[in-house]
Amino acid sequence: MNEVIEFYPILIKGTITTIQLTVLGAILALIVSFIVGLARISSFAAIRVIAIVYLEFFRGSSALVQMFFIYFVLPMWGIYFDALTAGVVACGLNVGAYGSEVVRGAVLAVGKEQHEASKALNYSIYKKYRYVIIPQAIPIMIPTFGNLLIELLKLTAVASLITISDLTFMAQIIRVQTALTLEPFLLILIIYFIIATILVQIVDLIAKKFSKGRNIMTAGDK
Amino acid sequence: MEWNWDHAYAVLPQLGDGLIVTIQATIVASLLAYILGLGIAILKMSKSKLTRVLLHWVTEFVRRTPILVQLYVVFYVLPDFGIFLEAFTCGVIVLGIHFSTYTSEVFRAGIENVPKGQWEAAKSLNYNPLQTWKNVILPQAIPPMIPPLANYLITMFKETPLLAAITVVELFRAADQYSNSHYTYLEPMTLVGVFFLIVSIPSAMLAMKLEKKFKQAKTA
Repeated sequence: MNEVIEFYPILIKGTITTIQLTVLGAILALIVSFIVGLARISSFAAIRVIAIVYLEFFRGSSALVQMFFIYFVLPMWGIYFDALTAGVVACGLNVGAYGSEVVRGAVLAVGKEQHEASKALNYSIYKKYRYVIIPQAIPIMIPTFGNLLIELLKLTAVASLITISDLTFMAQIIRVQTALTLEPFLLILIIYFIIATILVQIVDLIAKKFSKGRNIMTAGDK
Repeated sequence: MEWNWDHAYAVLPQLGDGLIVTIQATIVASLLAYILGLGIAILKMSKSKLTRVLLHWVTEFVRRTPILVQLYVVFYVLPDFGIFLEAFTCGVIVLGIHFSTYTSEVFRAGIENVPKGQWEAAKSLNYNPLQTWKNVILPQAIPPMIPPLANYLITMFKETPLLAAITVVELFRAADQYSNSHYTYLEPMTLVGVFFLIVSIPSAMLAMKLEKKFKQAKTA
């Protein structure tokens, strides 16, 4: 184990890269989720079709294949990404596809009377979604988004296969240099678990904050 | 870069072989995930608090860490302890264990949805635990579980390319090998993507149909 500890500088570097990938990927995934999710309920058929094609494409094929496609195939058409950007783009687009279903489901779960109330107030479509529908849909989305965030963190490990030096990549370096196997991998498993657990706690906190004052109905049940 | 049909035709047989390995891995891993998942679900209802807490954290650990790293652990570490497994076996075991933590939630929810009265009825008929599970609980719990279990089957199918990282020549690695020897990523990678879409989109539609069918059966 001491031999592995000596490699702490690259382990810290790897941890930072993993967190970077997760945070940047999550931001992109969140943006994509809202754009695609709202496009799915658009009144223009063309926009709905584009959103469905996107969704089926990214949900239907494997994340690793998408990552290789973005990193190795797109440059052949003159679209270049450095490895980290390719990793963030692949993770974000992939998880964003799953997230769009969460957004769509949550927006559709908001009651019909809310739409009618917005109409009665003469709100424009933008105002209706901005001030009435989406604020009520967000608390519904948070728990599922929390699960997707963990999936995203796990997905970033795959990015090591396109030469990004994240935690998994660093563990491979340590394995090759020290010929130790159990220690480096066990160590990074624990680091991943700690990051994931912190993320779960953060999402729980956010969920609590958003549900404040909204659980009057359910509070009476128990 | 132009699409080259010669490459596309040349890589097809290898992709076909790879697809067979991918499907084999999916089937074996999912069977393992279902059996283990059911076991975990039943153990999680144990009366011993220690078992429940321990099991909770073990499954959370598996769920919150990447499959790829778990694959490396099994593939590189087991030989140090004198256990030599084929790469394919390692991959299937890891996928199976990883997704058993997900399927166990499906089983748990399905079992908990069986009304309490059914347990009491089994008790009043003096059924032993085996009879209770086999004749009363599982026949009612299983049908609503089928759609989510089918969805996990599709998810596992899409995770099989990770086995390429531990040298299993499945669909993705077959394409990667061709890419590396012929210096072209375009055709093999595109075809792999197409293969995945061809299998998973109809499967997802089928799963959705199942879901509707079981919902109707419930309301009818």
